[in-house]
Amino acid sequence: MTEPVPLYRLAFARAGDKGNRLNLALVCRVPEAYAPLAAQVTAERVLAHFSARTPSAGVRYDLPHLGAFNFVLDDVLDGGVNASLGLDGHGKTLSFHLLALPLVPDEGVRHALAALETKS
Amino acid sequence: MAQARADVVRIGSGAGFAGDRTDAALPVVAALARQDGPRFLMFETLAERTLALCQLARHADPAKGYSPALEKLLAPVLGACLASGIRIIGNFGAANPQAAAERIAALAREMGHAPRIGIVTGSDLDPALPVSALATREVGGSLLAGRTQITSADAYIGASPIAQALDLGADIVVTGRVADPALALGPLLHVFRWSLEDWDLLAAGTLAGHLLECGAQVCGGYFADPGAKDVPDLAEVGYPIAEIHRDGTVIVTKPAETGGRVDRFTVIEQMLYEIHDPAAYLTPDVVMDLMQARVEEMGPDRVRVTGIKGKPRPDTLKATVCFESGYLAEAEISYAGPNAAARARLAADVVRTRLARRAPGLFVRVDAIGIASVFNDTAGATLESLFPDARGDDVRLRFSAQSADKALLDLLLDEVEGLYCAGPAGGGGVRRHLTARLSSASCLVERSFTAPRARLLGDAS
Repeated sequence: MTEPVPLYRLAFARAGDKGNRLNLALVCRVPEAYAPLAAQVTAERVLAHFSARTPSAGVRYDLPHLGAFNFVLDDVLDGGVNASLGLDGHGKTLSFHLLALPLVPDEGVRHALAALETKS
Repeated sequence: MAQARADVVRIGSGAGFAGDRTDAALPVVAALARQDGPRFLMFETLAERTLALCQLARHADPAKGYSPALEKLLAPVLGACLASGIRIIGNFGAANPQAAAERIAALAREMGHAPRIGIVTGSDLDPALPVSALATREVGGSLLAGRTQITSADAYIGASPIAQALDLGADIVVTGRVADPALALGPLLHVFRWSLEDWDLLAAGTLAGHLLECGAQVCGGYFADPGAKDVPDLAEVGYPIAEIHRDGTVIVTKPAETGGRVDRFTVIEQMLYEIHDPAAYLTPDVVMDLMQARVEEMGPDRVRVTGIKGKPRPDTLKATVCFESGYLAEAEISYAGPNAAARARLAADVVRTRLARRAPGLFVRVDAIGIASVFNDTAGATLESLFPDARGDDVRLRFSAQSADKALLDLLLDEVEGLYCAGPAGGGGVRRHLTARLSSASCLVERSFTAPRARLLGDAS
């Protein structure tokens, strides 16, 4: 397996906003996904993935006990829902932009995909 | 009162936002009515701008200024709640809790009830404060700098005045702006008499409110993704009920015979929703810490959350300040069939070229629905990168701009409409809108800027 694997395969996401700040909760579909996502879905990669929106800062909070991460990206919502010219000023749809992030299919990712297969 | 000895409080959600379903609360009330002990129904109906819109409505008519959603959300369940002893907490009051209380009293009278209605006021900031004092307290921007006029300024106040209104015997408590989770924490303080400095319990109650405040979002609403995250009977998704124990244990469930699902995944997604730093979620009552939270499935549609920790409440309150900020213009036109993307791109170029001459300096955002719109960026770089190879054969162009100058925006709207006869081939379906804009800024303000208090309708103010 060499093709990139979209993050979508291994995780769920929900977006929320506060002003011009985007909050992205990322939840692992199986516990085995936590380690490979922790390694690959870094704050730096997520900032790069959202670079067209010119974020001023990005932080990842780790919640291993919940099998989840929380990303906070600053100044990516075009001023926020009350100032944006875009259709989705809340950035609600951006959870699925995060989920389009490509993962390298390393051993951890392959292990997590296998665990997901077993589960379903 | 018997309630003072209760070890479990049940709180249902009747609405998670003003536009929520008006029949959502019915199964929640039916389920609560079958239970004993203290039971509450909470309604969250205030978005960021609602206070400003309601303030404008109150200026126009002193009997208005409360949430326009009050009647449609409350009327279907008011009688059943009063008959079953389910007490109601709602932030319907917006900019005029007194008027909301009077409206609720009238609604109840029509149904043959005479409930005691509690009113929580004082989230509005002292109007004597100069805007400059707010500008120096703004966070995350500098929208208030140099401004002299604002429409509304309200702080997110905490749960204590809600508990006080219930202590006074209110069957229904109507508030203005309060922190959303306070709508649940207030009843818990009233029943359990938790210390206002028992941070772990305050945090557990806040977590319960946080899980409830968005209605169906913890029960499979805003969750479904066919094949990946299936939700049974989403059309009839149930709204949540939380069972909160005296020791701070929170159990989330939903009425039987409703759609949706409550499990680890739906609870964790909502737990982290808009939470930012999960070790320090700031509320007026407590700083909530989720770093030791445990989420366990206890059975079908039944999830227990424990391990919520709290830290002392912040000194300051978050306030939202709204001000009028000109107008938003939006216009759309569609291109479809062979070479649609290229014709859409040409149309965008035509409008841009003409506006550069006729309205120099006006920034216009262009989206192409079907190629890049919600994933586009304001500068349009994403769309530009996709346009050359775009194969979409049903493309809707969308232009948008904002300005204080209506005439300038009319030029944009006219240029898009002008594409009918003078633009590329096959354009159709023009729609144009001009709407007044209210913008908002966030401030951190001293608690002394607010004057939270509770009283009953009819008692001296």
